[in-house]
Amino acid sequence: MREIDVKEIIPIVKKLCIDASIYIGDDVVEKLKEFQEKEESPIAKEIISIIFENQRLSVEKQMPLCQDTGVAVFFIELGQDVHLVEGDFYEAINEGVRQGYKDGYLRKSMVDDPIIDRKNTKDNTPALIYLDIVPGDKIKITLAAKGGGSENMSEVKMMKAADGIEGVIDFVVDRVKRSGGNPCPPIIVGVGLGGNFEQSALLAKKSLLRSLNEKNPDPKWAKVEDEILEKVNNLGIGPQGLGGRTTAIAVNILHKACHIACMPVAVNIQCHVHRHKSAVI
Amino acid sequence: MAKELHLQTPLKDDDLKELKIGDKVLITGIIYTARDAAHKRLVDLIEAGKELPFDIKGQIIYFVGPAPARPGMPIGSAGPTTSYRMDPYSPILLDAGLKGMIGKGPRSKEVIDSMIKSKAIYLAAIGGAAVVMAQSIKAAKVIAYEDLGTEAIRELKVENLPCIVANDIFGNDLYDEGIKKYKK
Repeated sequence: MREIDVKEIIPIVKKLCIDASIYIGDDVVEKLKEFQEKEESPIAKEIISIIFENQRLSVEKQMPLCQDTGVAVFFIELGQDVHLVEGDFYEAINEGVRQGYKDGYLRKSMVDDPIIDRKNTKDNTPALIYLDIVPGDKIKITLAAKGGGSENMSEVKMMKAADGIEGVIDFVVDRVKRSGGNPCPPIIVGVGLGGNFEQSALLAKKSLLRSLNEKNPDPKWAKVEDEILEKVNNLGIGPQGLGGRTTAIAVNILHKACHIACMPVAVNIQCHVHRHKSAVI
Repeated sequence: MAKELHLQTPLKDDDLKELKIGDKVLITGIIYTARDAAHKRLVDLIEAGKELPFDIKGQIIYFVGPAPARPGMPIGSAGPTTSYRMDPYSPILLDAGLKGMIGKGPRSKEVIDSMIKSKAIYLAAIGGAAVVMAQSIKAAKVIAYEDLGTEAIRELKVENLPCIVANDIFGNDLYDEGIKKYKK
């Protein structure tokens, strides 16, 4: 059993929030370069150049890549041999978010009540925290700072087995088509298949944690990802929806077992400001 | 090749006659920020017959909720938010004299029709290029609804703020045309 003081978590979470908002992953940059070379539309090529310029300026000026610094979504892998002491684990994460969003000059985008009051909480809490218990005595904290524009273009559909893989592909492609320029393309399409109604959405979000340079470990799903990517990029939506070949730079699928009567499909759209950072304690 | 044009606010009808979708424009002057919550309040004021917190005639509203400014800076990152959420409100503001909107993503048919009627334009800024956009903002002050935090209405002094004409006064739509051109 390893004891970890929850206060140790606060500065780590704070740093994750600030770093994720400023430093884009190499995988995103590499994919954008690859697609810019293939792009046919002059306006689309120029938009991708402006995205690169923004990534450079963000680091130089230490300003967040996007003003929407997102909901702070955490995926925690908690080692089962860890004993958390000296306070509330969830509160420590929220305190890290509070400090990161304040000291990093990040936007506070959370409202307390989703419908009626919609009053800004002014410190970007509460964070959304998902916990998995894993073997070992470490804690892995992964932050996915998720913007609202692309999140709004996401959807869950309870399909039937008779719809088959063709039905799933059509639904995902149609979801991207209906999103058009709204989610800030070039996008990454996260797809969650199976589980249940609620788990499919979580799988879609988790699928986005996989590096864009890594293929799906299962070749049959890697093939489906390639097929969806090609179809999505044939839609012509292009960067910012102004036309072009680069609508999505990757499709990531994550699947799990499900009930004999069900075939849940979730699509979580991620914009090009794809912010993920991890730390291990 | 698309033209690059300079626009000075407040906008006049003559300034907008030459603009076509796909043209690049650089905006200089005063513009105002408003997102969902501020739009609702502005429209509530109009419907109640009350005065708006700024003279909207000939003006541009930028759909943005900026990040906080670092010390010594006028503003934090300030890219556009998705425009369709403002679609229910925009026709009412266009009727009140609004001449331009800056945002990202396509507009509804009602808003496009309203822009034709009011001889107004919609400009696309690059979503997620928020540091680039902030470089053109030289001063910012909250002029209304401070309680809304990032959603407050701000008066921005901008110099050469880069945008692309997405809807001109003739009803053309770059989102529609651009996608048709590259669809396979």
